[in-house]
Amino acid sequence: MARAVSSRARLGWSAVAWVIGLLIFFPILWTILTSFKTESEAIASPPSLVFFDWTLENYEVVQERSNYARFLWNSIVIAGGSTLLGVLIAVPAAWAMAFQPTRRTKDILLWMLSTKMLPAVGVLYPIYLICIRLGVLDSKIALVVILMLINLPIIVWMLYTYFREIPGEILEAARMDGASLRSEILYVLTPMAIPGIASTVLLNFILAWNEAFWTLNLTAVSAAPLTAFIASYSSPEGLFFAKLSAASTMAIAPILILGWFSQKQLVRGLTFGAVK
Amino acid sequence: MGQITLNQITKSFGETQVIPPLDLRIEEGEFVVFVGPSGCGKSTLLRLIAGLEDVSSGHIEIDGRDVTDVPPAQRGLAMVFQSYALYPHMSVRKNIAFPLRMAGMDEAEQKKRVERAATVLNLTDYLDRRPGQLSGGQRQRVAIGRAIVREPAAFLFDEPLSNLDAALRHGMRMEIGELHQSLATTMIYVTHDQVEAMTMADKIVVLRAGVIEQVGSPLELYREPRNLFVAGFIGSPTMNLLTGPEAKKHDATTIGVRPEHIEAGDPDASPWSGTVGISEHLGSDTFLHVHGTGLAETITVRADGEVPLRHGDRVGLTPHPDRIHRFDAKGLRIA
Amino acid sequence: MATKASASAARLMMAPAVTLLLGWMLVPLVMTLYFSFADYRPLRGAFEPWIGFENYERFVTSSSFWDAVTTTLTMVGGILVITVCFGILLALLLDKPIYGQGVVRILVIAPFFVMPTVSALVWKNMMMDPVNGILSHVWRFFGAAPHDWLVQTPTLSIILIVSWQWLPFATLILLTAIQSLDGEQLEAAEMDGAPPLKRFWFIILPHLSRAITIVILIQTIFLLSIFAEIFVTTQGSFGTRTLTYLVYQRVLESQNVGLGSAGGIIAVILANIVAIFLMRIVGKNLDA
Repeated sequence: MARAVSSRARLGWSAVAWVIGLLIFFPILWTILTSFKTESEAIASPPSLVFFDWTLENYEVVQERSNYARFLWNSIVIAGGSTLLGVLIAVPAAWAMAFQPTRRTKDILLWMLSTKMLPAVGVLYPIYLICIRLGVLDSKIALVVILMLINLPIIVWMLYTYFREIPGEILEAARMDGASLRSEILYVLTPMAIPGIASTVLLNFILAWNEAFWTLNLTAVSAAPLTAFIASYSSPEGLFFAKLSAASTMAIAPILILGWFSQKQLVRGLTFGAVK
Repeated sequence: MGQITLNQITKSFGETQVIPPLDLRIEEGEFVVFVGPSGCGKSTLLRLIAGLEDVSSGHIEIDGRDVTDVPPAQRGLAMVFQSYALYPHMSVRKNIAFPLRMAGMDEAEQKKRVERAATVLNLTDYLDRRPGQLSGGQRQRVAIGRAIVREPAAFLFDEPLSNLDAALRHGMRMEIGELHQSLATTMIYVTHDQVEAMTMADKIVVLRAGVIEQVGSPLELYREPRNLFVAGFIGSPTMNLLTGPEAKKHDATTIGVRPEHIEAGDPDASPWSGTVGISEHLGSDTFLHVHGTGLAETITVRADGEVPLRHGDRVGLTPHPDRIHRFDAKGLRIA
Repeated sequence: MATKASASAARLMMAPAVTLLLGWMLVPLVMTLYFSFADYRPLRGAFEPWIGFENYERFVTSSSFWDAVTTTLTMVGGILVITVCFGILLALLLDKPIYGQGVVRILVIAPFFVMPTVSALVWKNMMMDPVNGILSHVWRFFGAAPHDWLVQTPTLSIILIVSWQWLPFATLILLTAIQSLDGEQLEAAEMDGAPPLKRFWFIILPHLSRAITIVILIQTIFLLSIFAEIFVTTQGSFGTRTLTYLVYQRVLESQNVGLGSAGGIIAVILANIVAIFLMRIVGKNLDA
């Protein structure tokens, strides 16, 4: 496809692409803009795009009134904890499957994947009941474990596909070069595996951050992360457009930035390596 | 330093035995080439010597020490892999120094050895680059550098040139040859390319299906191939093999004549004659593919570089009588 | 790599992951299965361990089940059609040489990273609100009467919201697939005299078929359990109650655990039918 494209055609395609891109992005853009408006400007008709009095007032109000920091902290702990725990458990498993494959490796991988396809409602009540019995309903630890479990198959799969790309000859070379198993892991494998592990952590952090079935159903007050915090705005009495926008912007901003780094891994992680 | 003995070793993967009991002795300082078609077990044999695969039975000795159960790292061997297997996250310097670092050598000595190797291999300007920034030939040199710094008892090469283009391959062949001359260390070299085997080896081991077909110097193999397989495998273009009445005349089932041992001449004054098909003009030589001789579908003949024969011309062929190889019904050489 | 020493270590390394997932899969599922054959209504203190297939019978014969199935199929189908069709178009567009390609890509992908509750709320209030929503402003601008999206066309509205969230996913996968197409193939087709539309139809589309299948299967699995978007917007009213939402209501809202569990098992079976096809494709890819 390396062919000179006339600059007019390029300009045309660019215009179309930008218009469509901005249309798709518009709800997010609009939310961000509205978060800097006063409540009255937020519902002004006709609405103004940028010519309004920019204010940070909403952020302050949301911050004070809703104890935003606690929800944020819960989100960080739940998403971060479940991802780290998942990676800790998945690294050895993926490692073994990639470097010591047996005839059953493929079956185990597919079976792991199949657990991911279990609809959550199918197990909603038992999990709810178990949480009550263990006294961990509305606790962060329960969500860390549950989100770790639902993302574990994806983590194992992603790591597996990354590890498989490390050529076996390199490990053999290290062995020939006199590396013990410890040095082989420390000096050769780990540095080569780190980019893959980092991508896996990133994508799964995002998935856990946005998870909105278990976080809504198993939390009330103390462990509620941002997903639940935002959902609380759906009741009409809490509805203020500008404040809702500020809250939403705060909830999605960190992830949009992380997401920008993880575009490539997204395809790979969510198609289980079937599309690269 | 560097004498290797294989004693009745076998290797099986599950039910299939890829190497039946095999004996081989590699002398100190020898350049030994394992050659054979793909799947003949030559790489497996190398990996058994390296210790990257366990032997199923038998013993391997290096300098009189039984290393059968010794892990690869402690066998004192260095290996150059087909894919070069360089560590992508390390600079060239660190790649070459890696085995020394693993051996716990002090920094100053490491640096000295790395720099010496780099000088020998023309890598001095590239020491701080990553493997990804090097060309194929340079990567190959780094892999060799990593092997020579640790002064191993023997070098193992697993088809090291197969990822290079033709011109580079020729250059690297010379370099490895030079290296062997200067280091005088045992080298075991695996290839499927008989030209590499012929040009580099002190001793060639021809393998087929895990079995050693013949061991000998390049010229021994060329002059006296022990069987039809070796006869067909060694030499380029390949030997002409004739069966039927012509072979009977020599009391053999099959006779073989190399293209360079057939004289092209007057069709009416030669024992064989035929029509020239394709002729390949290489400048120094011309390879004539002659049809319609009634002996075989095609007979290849090496003629003078400026021979005036063209497609469709009639040509007479005279084999050199001393250079006719005779084989019996089992394909074995008749002395 | 085949040395004896490390083979058993491998099993040990896999043990935690395998055990945890096995427990995660089996324990709750067995419990749900058990409840589905019981009359279990904790709020009324009713517990009758074995009532046979009564729950299944009641669940399947109730009109809400068939409504939920219809709604689920409409939603999943609608979202799939929109995301796949627009995904192909967008992927083709993004594959063109455009100025600021990186930025446009981010703009298109961004919705995928927005948490479901946020995107549902933003659409509900900022876009689709009959008074203050942007769409109402647009409608008014063209002189039309504003449309009360979530009341008048609730299912369509949810389809639009979820499509917006999943369009980036489809686009990204299809774009990856398009970029893996050998450019020489297209040039060969061009030399053979195929106009752009035919090139799309005979070369690009067949090349994309595998990626499209994967998009459809993976999205179906995720879409069958859409929850937050409904929870935040309509709470399952106005005919937007999907199977997932119905089970949720039976189990947690009305606390009829037996009935809900029967529904849960049915949802598991339905999801597994899709899953089998997906696993086949993934499994084949694993061999290659």
